[in-house]
Amino acid sequence: MPSEAAARGRRAPWWLAALAWGGVLFLHLPILVVALYAFSTEESAFSFPPPGLTLRWFAQAAARDDVVQAILLSARLALVATAGALLLGTLAALALARRTFPGKDAITLIFILPIALPGIITGIALLSAFRLGGLEPGFWTIAVGHATFCVVVVYNNVVARLRRLPHSLVEASMDLGADAFQTFRRVVLPQLATSLLAGGILAFGLSFDEIIVTTFTAGHEQTLPIWLMGQLSRPRDVPVTNVVALVVMLVTALPIVAAWWLTRGTEDVAGSGK
Amino acid sequence: MSAPAATAPAPLAPAAGRLRSLSTFLYRRGTLTLLLLLVPPLLWFGVVYLGSLLALVWQSSYTFDDFTMAVTPDLTWANYLALLDPANLDVVLRTVGMALAVTVACAVLAFPLAYYMARHASGGLKGFLYVAVMLPMWASYIVKAYAWTVILARGGVVYWFTGALGLTGALEWVLTLPVVGGSSLSTSTLGRFLVFTYVWLPFMILPTQAAIERVPENLLQASADLGARPDQTFRTVLLPLAFPGVVAGSIFTFSLTLGDYIIPQLVGPPGLFVGTMVYTLQGSVGNLPLAAAFTAVPIALVAAYLALARRLGAFDAL
Repeated sequence: MPSEAAARGRRAPWWLAALAWGGVLFLHLPILVVALYAFSTEESAFSFPPPGLTLRWFAQAAARDDVVQAILLSARLALVATAGALLLGTLAALALARRTFPGKDAITLIFILPIALPGIITGIALLSAFRLGGLEPGFWTIAVGHATFCVVVVYNNVVARLRRLPHSLVEASMDLGADAFQTFRRVVLPQLATSLLAGGILAFGLSFDEIIVTTFTAGHEQTLPIWLMGQLSRPRDVPVTNVVALVVMLVTALPIVAAWWLTRGTEDVAGSGK
Repeated sequence: MSAPAATAPAPLAPAAGRLRSLSTFLYRRGTLTLLLLLVPPLLWFGVVYLGSLLALVWQSSYTFDDFTMAVTPDLTWANYLALLDPANLDVVLRTVGMALAVTVACAVLAFPLAYYMARHASGGLKGFLYVAVMLPMWASYIVKAYAWTVILARGGVVYWFTGALGLTGALEWVLTLPVVGGSSLSTSTLGRFLVFTYVWLPFMILPTQAAIERVPENLLQASADLGARPDQTFRTVLLPLAFPGVVAGSIFTFSLTLGDYIIPQLVGPPGLFVGTMVYTLQGSVGNLPLAAAFTAVPIALVAAYLALARRLGAFDAL
């Protein structure tokens, strides 16, 4: 990028660097605190600094059946929601990447709406619709809700990549005698692979962590965020809660680094909004 | 797949399998291909999502009987009129005020970091900063909210640091202020504002950074060459060009604060937010019509905001 080349080697004024690094520190403070408290020997309160450090809460958390069940449920939900989002988001991106037609803007807006509108609206709207339709809240109602707001991250990633994909590649493939399906499988799909993977990872993370839509559509199902939310009103499990919080942080952190790694050099892919 | 359909001559190869004739058929009828691609996502969003939203709006005019706690499908404007009750209006104003304050704070905090990322960091440092913003953004929302209840509590990190710096008096003084104060940081509006600002900050940093990155460096150089001071260049060149990015970020900070009901429950004084109101009304009270009417507030505000953002060019910066 030319601007980057021009800026390289130019030192930032000290106050700008201080503000920037201060911002980074602020962003990481809660993560550091959760990590520290997960090892605290203290059982009930949050005194800082912790009186001592221990590993025993990790074993306790792993032995808790409700924790393990919540993790498994969240993971299964996220997989189903991601699969749905990958399918719908890719179709939408293929349709809308190049063509212009009346109503295109409106369609794009509909895809953005579930994340642009507050989650509580998506949640209560789906809940009331499920009730009208006589559907019992459960695994599939949560999955439908999650898939709906995950489509946009896949769509954003894929549409950005499609727009950068040189159309001459497609033309060359067709000139060489490939039909549309062959061209898609051999030319377009490999080019989309990392953007699909990144979009899928982000969709998974989004679904794994979702709480607002989930509280409305979950019924009696307890996903990991709902489990954590429940712990906040029952402070007796503080050490286990700290450990689970740290584990959730780590589980979401590693895929994000992976998504970034996959899309390096393709500019805006992983960060294109939420 | 509009791409192959848009160009390319009909293949001359002799092998004319079913797939190939289908391919040719689809290529000749670009609009049909487009429709076929769009049908599944449109069905999903049209039926599941928009259908639910419309059902919600429809139910907002149902009648709720305060005595029998029953909802009947008799259409009425009462729920919307109820929004104008002083108590309900108070909830709306409190929420909107917070959303605006959080948006402004996020924009101010995000800009230096976004600028530093876009203009001064390169190579490995840039990658590091990018991940450093992405990580907290994607780290579990509920864990972050939980962490802040721990940080802001009496005896927690913030109290320990202000004590160590000898600033406890100053902190207590701030907490006595009207509007922002409270009995402790974790039960004050200031604390709630801090947590909101924290959780949505990355949503502001990334679009702002992308927008600053797209401003050509030579425009800034030209401005400097023409004798503008750095602050003039910032105000008259960089800021207007990067502004769509800030507006794009503000869509998230504004909308997410409007609808959140977890943070207002966990941190801050007892006063209700639109989110907590909606949640309580539909859950414990069972008054879905009034809850639905309440959701009309964020829907209307976000719709107006999106229309404005679109005019400011924020959609290209998303």
